[in-house]
Amino acid sequence: MAVLSYLEAIRETLRQELRRDSRIIIYGEDVGVRGGVFRVTEGLQKEFGEDRIIDSPLAEAAIVGTAIGAAINGLRPVPEIQFADFIFPAMNQIVQEAARIRYRSNGTFAVPIVIRAPYGGGVHGALYHSQSVEAFFAHVPGLKVVVPATPYDAKGLLAAAIQDEDPVLYFEHKAAYRSLKGEVPEERYLIPIGQADRKREGTDVSVITYGLMVSYALKAADELEKEGISVEVVDLRTVRPLDLSAIIETARKTGKVLIVHEDNLTGGIGGEVSALIAEHALFDLDAPIMRLAGPDVPAMPYSAPLEHAFMVTPEKIRDKARELAKF
Amino acid sequence: MSDNGLTPELMLDMYYHMALARAVDDRMWILNRQGRAPVVYTSNGHEAAQVGSAFALNRGEDWICPYYRDLALVLAYGMTPREVMLHLLGRADDPNSGGRQMPAHWGHAKLHILTGGSVVATQDVHAAGLALASKVLKDGRVSVAYFGEGSTSQGEFHEALNFAAVHKLPVIFFNENNGYAISVPARKQMVVQDVAARAQGYGMPGVIVDGNDPIKVYEVVKEAADRARRGEGPTLVEAKTYRFVPHSSDDDDRAYRSREEVAEAKKRDPLTLFEAYLKKAEILTDDKLKAMQQQIKDVVNDATEYAEKAALPDPATLTDHVYGSM
Repeated sequence: MAVLSYLEAIRETLRQELRRDSRIIIYGEDVGVRGGVFRVTEGLQKEFGEDRIIDSPLAEAAIVGTAIGAAINGLRPVPEIQFADFIFPAMNQIVQEAARIRYRSNGTFAVPIVIRAPYGGGVHGALYHSQSVEAFFAHVPGLKVVVPATPYDAKGLLAAAIQDEDPVLYFEHKAAYRSLKGEVPEERYLIPIGQADRKREGTDVSVITYGLMVSYALKAADELEKEGISVEVVDLRTVRPLDLSAIIETARKTGKVLIVHEDNLTGGIGGEVSALIAEHALFDLDAPIMRLAGPDVPAMPYSAPLEHAFMVTPEKIRDKARELAKF
Repeated sequence: MSDNGLTPELMLDMYYHMALARAVDDRMWILNRQGRAPVVYTSNGHEAAQVGSAFALNRGEDWICPYYRDLALVLAYGMTPREVMLHLLGRADDPNSGGRQMPAHWGHAKLHILTGGSVVATQDVHAAGLALASKVLKDGRVSVAYFGEGSTSQGEFHEALNFAAVHKLPVIFFNENNGYAISVPARKQMVVQDVAARAQGYGMPGVIVDGNDPIKVYEVVKEAADRARRGEGPTLVEAKTYRFVPHSSDDDDRAYRSREEVAEAKKRDPLTLFEAYLKKAEILTDDKLKAMQQQIKDVVNDATEYAEKAALPDPATLTDHVYGSM
């Protein structure tokens, strides 16, 4: 089986999907000739032509808004927002249009689009090239929000998102693009949206997380194993819809839950996961639920010490999980 | 009569839809004042612009993306008065939204009337997107965004025009300029005199047309549609018109425009002008007009009664259609 980087897995999935379904088009800023600023779409315009891999004007609301129209008239658009931080000019089109069109038309219109966007920090991207924006969208009924953690998942989740009949936001961690590698089957496969994945079995503490933080949590778990602490790592894979049964199952199993995300703490996914555990598994807990997240500052600063202080790291996860295990 | 493809029958049909829209509109206001309809948005005064443009399109095949002013447009595009009244009264069988959206939020999948929200100019980029698909799929369709002049202050109006022009999309941007965005006059939206002037900045034709003349509107939109179908790209059309009544049933236009101004504008009521034109051309006779008026009265009565008797949505359906699949 081929070993691919997270980025290559996404590119090869796009290629496979473009070959499979001629209704799929990709567009966004720099996605054509340049192949995207991260090169995710490199080579695709050459293979599929300028009609399907389109360099669009630099205007996010138009990118998403035209994708909505194109989807309604028979295409399967997969627009790219160059950085998740740039998605806000398109907020109204995503939240009030894409997410609501099925509902407001009583099920007579649908918007099958996948909005891809690189998110996350630790790459000296500063305030406007580092953000985690998933919680804004996870709040919105009508949207699905996918945050893959591995090359394998990136492929199966992207194929599922493209096949989905609803608008899907697909967030790719830019620090994962080249640092994460893994085996990816060549044939097409789908990972159902809304199903979490237990990435590591453990008995003492459950770490519930998603995206890049999954690999960080696995590193932390390896270290804690040496100390005799057994950590279970549950990858949510999608933050809307959340996999309630997987969350409850791990909470009941270990009785100690640490929720980790890079996005800032207040109003983040951790709050929602905590509430679900409190509602469904309170009396199975042996310790208060803990959260480890980005701090409540507006966004990630540029300079290295500041950036490092913001980022959730494997070490911070290890320390927090140890604290929880000893509670 | 110019050689524009408009037969006497088509012109009579145009007139019928203009008069029908005015009658449905009048009835909606009565229902509102009687406390039977919570809110009404009017097309009163815009009928020629809307009906003229609809007749220039391949109705039911081309896409239209209306805004809340477009009652006459959707009627001319095939929505029935019964369907309009079901929408006004929030009935379960409302084809626009099943009673979910407030009145004048049109949308009819089968008729290719795109569903719309309340934030203005969002439909402009949707129209460009529909047209993008038409270009890729080569389906021969034209898409038309309808909007007021106030909404041309929005970013998405400009983004849509630019996107469509760069990609030479088969789309028409159809502005119904009545001079007011609720209370704010056009001179406070823009320094230029005409919305059409903005086309120049995007490298597309900007055409001004008398929005009170359905034939002229028809001709301009037909030409724009032909141009779009030939692959020559978008056109911005500005139909100059006037709204004879307040913005909505909750508005009072005495606060921002004089009665003299409204009375002066009413001298150019599109319905009266077209009626006179058709009579002069001997297409419309007094007898035909009388019969048509009776027909319209019957249709509006039927629609009102039908909708009032129709079932309201079941509260159990509140959570339907959030997702297609989970």
